[in-house]
Amino acid sequence: MADLLFAAGAVLLVVAALGLVALWRTRAVADQMLAVQLLGSAGVAVLLMLAVAAGDGSILDVALLLALLAAFAAAAFRACGSTVFRARGTAGDAPFTGDQS
Amino acid sequence: MSGLADLFTLACVGVGVAFFAAGTVGLLRLPDTLTRIHALAKADNVGLAFIALGLLPQAASVLDGAKMVAVWLLAQLASGAVAQVMGQMANAAASGGAGPAPADAPGGGGAP
Repeated sequence: MADLLFAAGAVLLVVAALGLVALWRTRAVADQMLAVQLLGSAGVAVLLMLAVAAGDGSILDVALLLALLAAFAAAAFRACGSTVFRARGTAGDAPFTGDQS
Repeated sequence: MSGLADLFTLACVGVGVAFFAAGTVGLLRLPDTLTRIHALAKADNVGLAFIALGLLPQAASVLDGAKMVAVWLLAQLASGAVAQVMGQMANAAASGGAGPAPADAPGGGGAP
């Protein structure tokens, strides 16, 4: 059971790493933040599986903190966007949206 | 009984990983920021819910199980808020180009 959970966690990490390819391919800032959020969400799932596989309950606290920090990162992204990008003007906002047109 | 719990765990964790894979494929392949937010907020969260559900029978104690449920609840609430925030930024940037819309702007005003 523990070995299978470790294997499932490894597969999930590979899936999340493939999601990071989205960071590389796009220039839009919002899409890059989405890829980071994917990493946070997959990281929480991997930590949950790791906590059961290793039998260590303190890893659950790490998962709780990671979920919290991912939410804070998105909130900081929003707060940063409303000041920094407005100061830059329209030229700074051009890569902000993800329309592939 | 233990074999049934193990089977339930493996099935739920497998389905959860499959949902995560579907969400990642959506993140890579969908055409627009707003649709990619859906892939992230919906598919990834269902994956996390299945994984948390599958790991509950394996929890060492009731406290550990309660912590897993708490992690899942936090992730659900946070992803709902994050999806709204990201959608607001993408929407406002696509329409105005001068920064995100203020909090009291009418919702859904994307088309000029």
